[in-house]
Amino acid sequence: MAKRLIYVDNAATTAMNDVAIAAMSPYLKEVYGNPSSLHSVGQAAKEALDGARAKIAACLNCEPKEIYFTSGGSEADNQAIRSAAVNGAKKGKKHIVTTAFEHHAVLHTLKKLEKEGFEVTYLDVHADGVVSVDEVAAAIRPDTALVTVMYANNEIGTIQPIKEIGGLCRGRGVVFHTDAVQAVGHIPVDVKADNIDMLSVSAHKFHGPKGVGVLFCRRGVPLNTFIDGGMQERGRRAGTENIAGAAAMAAALEYACENMQKNSAKQLALRNKLIEGLLKIPHSRLNGAFEGRLPNNVNISFEGTEGESLLLLLDAKGICASSGSACTTASLEPSHVLLALGLPHEIAHGSLRLTLSEENTEEDIEYIINAVAEVVKTVRGISSFWDDLQSGKIKHFI
Amino acid sequence: MALYSEKVMDHFTNPRNVGVIEDADGVGEVGNARCGDIMKIYLKISNGIIEDVKFKTFGCGSAIASSSMATEMIKGKPLCEALELTNKAVAEALDGLPAHKMHCSVLAEEAIRSAIKNYYDKNGIEYDKSQFPEPHGEEEEQHFEEE
Repeated sequence: MAKRLIYVDNAATTAMNDVAIAAMSPYLKEVYGNPSSLHSVGQAAKEALDGARAKIAACLNCEPKEIYFTSGGSEADNQAIRSAAVNGAKKGKKHIVTTAFEHHAVLHTLKKLEKEGFEVTYLDVHADGVVSVDEVAAAIRPDTALVTVMYANNEIGTIQPIKEIGGLCRGRGVVFHTDAVQAVGHIPVDVKADNIDMLSVSAHKFHGPKGVGVLFCRRGVPLNTFIDGGMQERGRRAGTENIAGAAAMAAALEYACENMQKNSAKQLALRNKLIEGLLKIPHSRLNGAFEGRLPNNVNISFEGTEGESLLLLLDAKGICASSGSACTTASLEPSHVLLALGLPHEIAHGSLRLTLSEENTEEDIEYIINAVAEVVKTVRGISSFWDDLQSGKIKHFI
Repeated sequence: MALYSEKVMDHFTNPRNVGVIEDADGVGEVGNARCGDIMKIYLKISNGIIEDVKFKTFGCGSAIASSSMATEMIKGKPLCEALELTNKAVAEALDGLPAHKMHCSVLAEEAIRSAIKNYYDKNGIEYDKSQFPEPHGEEEEQHFEEE
């Protein structure tokens, strides 16, 4: 059998599409200027940058001048949070509200701020992986400088009540930031309707290039520099602009938004079929709520297995996926997201994340279901832990 | 895959000596499910020689490969030689393990020791206690996400 390759790790990164590659290539060769230069070559680059900014602004429903290009989602998160914290502290506000299952770009920034004297409240995300608006409301204090809650979770795909949290923050005069890296280009995101003050986006999650993203910062919300230097990005982000990246990001986002309905319906049908097929494997569970979940996200734990073993065996069958197991990282702790759902460590170790794109087919899904069933059986066959579960020495959790 | 050597992948995808010995003379189990690694080793011993060895492991690719390689290295060997097997020797036989996976080879060494100790204890055989240090607490290997 010819080896096939099925890429289902699109939450990690996506392949660039033809639209993005085509949009990028003129700025690698012909239009190579520095937008800060006065001459025609530089001004052509500036025009391209302005065009990309306008396109992205239109997709998010904001003004072009509210868009700041960054190196990606992590930088946007760092800049937004640090800026809101520092500006809050100037008014004596040194409290921040977030959730326990944010991306590390958010969590590690907050950990640093804690060391610098800020106080952070980490809200529970409950068994279904959704933060409660009432709990956000209860956590906000007079000295709260910032609420930061991700739009949709990167591991389990659960979509958060962003519009309601945004409305709440607006009413209480608290800056609201959302890491929308997994949401933008996949589900409708409208910064006005969603009452968002700051929002982070990354291009490579919707078939754009790596190394470019944007931070949306609503007019009137103060934004400090994170990278100091020249006056690029209206003095908010120094460094010669990544014109090719910006152009490709804008083209990819525009394409993603134009085709969202069609692509999301297709992925949703495939996703549901995949979930249904995989849950037929005994002692398996879907992590995160089924309802209100990104159309491309599947995250399932198989009791008695360890995720890295599953990934290696699936890779040998041509399937590229990921896991919340500790063994897939340099640390011995499994995914903080799965632990935040209240799952025991051993269930988190045995998790598999499959994130689809519009490129996946019905045949892919059938192939994956069969392959996963096979490798789960193999891994359980070697597992002493599975023996103990089967003999009743240890009680099944699932 | 670049993460592991071909040898690790070979022993992981085609592990040797997988199974259970129902009437084993010595059984050793180390690790725990919380840390994502449990290794269980079964020994059949006669006249001080390891006649047969089987293992069952819950864990990552390198844990399974380490179990497979370690059982191959002690099969047919006298107990005194098996006791000399070090985690380094297991890792070397696998053409190396990534630094953060070395604890998997440690588990293999400890599982074998624990199975031999179990055999000695069951049969009232005297032994030098210093040969059997307490297995590593996995806790000390933990390195959390501190910068």
